[in-house]
Amino acid sequence: MDSKMLVEDRDIVIPGEVLACGMDFLPGNGTYREQDKILASQLGLVSVNNRFVKVIALTGKYSAVEGDLVIGKVCDVTIGAWLVDIGGAYGAALALRETPEFIERGSDLTRYYDFGDIIIAKVVNVIKGKGVDLTMKGPGLRKANGGRILEVTPSKVPRIIGKQGSMISLIKEKTSCMIVVGQNGKVWIKGENTEDEVRAAEAVLKIEQESHVDGLTEKINELLSKGGKNDKQS
Amino acid sequence: MTSRVDGRKIDELRKMSARIGVVKRADGSAMFQIGDTIAFAAVYGPRELHPRFLQNPEKAMLRCHYDMASFSVSERKKPGPSRRSVEISLVTEKALSSVVDLKLYPNAVIDVFIQIIQANAGTRCAGITAAAMALAHAGVPMREMVAAVSVGKVGKEIVLDLTKEEEDEETGATDIPVAMTSYNKGITLLQLDGEVNKKELIEALKLAGKGCEEIFKLQERVLKEVYSGGKNE
Repeated sequence: MDSKMLVEDRDIVIPGEVLACGMDFLPGNGTYREQDKILASQLGLVSVNNRFVKVIALTGKYSAVEGDLVIGKVCDVTIGAWLVDIGGAYGAALALRETPEFIERGSDLTRYYDFGDIIIAKVVNVIKGKGVDLTMKGPGLRKANGGRILEVTPSKVPRIIGKQGSMISLIKEKTSCMIVVGQNGKVWIKGENTEDEVRAAEAVLKIEQESHVDGLTEKINELLSKGGKNDKQS
Repeated sequence: MTSRVDGRKIDELRKMSARIGVVKRADGSAMFQIGDTIAFAAVYGPRELHPRFLQNPEKAMLRCHYDMASFSVSERKKPGPSRRSVEISLVTEKALSSVVDLKLYPNAVIDVFIQIIQANAGTRCAGITAAAMALAHAGVPMREMVAAVSVGKVGKEIVLDLTKEEEDEETGATDIPVAMTSYNKGITLLQLDGEVNKKELIEALKLAGKGCEEIFKLQERVLKEVYSGGKNE
């Protein structure tokens, strides 16, 4: 039987669109097989790797993967854990033993992390259909004090970081801000003054909006090199 | 072909337009307009379902909420759920749940809110069409798209996409809302209010299929436009 692709690599497809026909192709993420055809099940970009066809979703909730660095907000404090909102379909929990500090038995947990605190944590375990376990033990994992939080679509995170962190280090260098990008699409920016933070935030949002444009690094470089020109009211 | 009250052909849809990302705080949203009927749909989720006893460990719950704005009709509609809106919420849920991949999110809920801003017949169809686009925009995995259109019998003629004027015709028009899926062409909603015979119903379904085809094209165009044109969400 003849097998062929019906769409091209990097085409935008919608659910129910036929991507390929024939059994020579294999369905990956965001696709499914119906008889001899492969169909898209999500709105996104087609990615073909040899025989492997998948759809990279352009929108959607964050789905946690073990080892991800995430930024979340403490939304509840229970007896043995903090419950953290990381923006996914399910909640996340930070257990007592996963904190870097020594916590005495019976102490008030809100002294360490209180309601509304922003924490930078790592996913250690994903329980399907239930939730996520977090840890704060590790380099760079801590509470985020001050600064600001931006929210971007989780699928755009790789673009914000860039190849080997090229994009993010460019912004860091030009604005001298501290930036942490969580895989869940939350970006924490802290600079020495508000202007720096606003410039960094603008750059991040620009990357999110124009993530599909070629030569984005140059564009961002240009935007940030202009300096304080773009602060209309801030 | 005889022309209708508003000068359309019997197999002609009213003028349509659609937009994506109309509700900024929602995970996905869409607007769909057909003639004077305007529907807004917003999707939230998948997210945790509370109270816990409603959770289903096998699959997610799809929760639809259909309502008409009080100013959407000429006679003020009392706000809040009514017998009619509860029924429409339910059929909308059934029309969409067969395409949404609910097994991927056990214990969760996907909320779909449909608000009719302006009504001129075919509101449940417009609502389903908008909701399908909003679900796709929210990145919810779904097997295919859904579109809906109403067909009916006005006088002796089987026509596509009735207006309020046609529905209220003296001899009593028959209204048949139909929802179809884009790939399998399966029917996920079929209601009938009035009288038709078998032959007429088959003809009506054919006409509905044709109408849905046009709506699928619009849905596809609008959904792709957002990401290819570099437009803002």
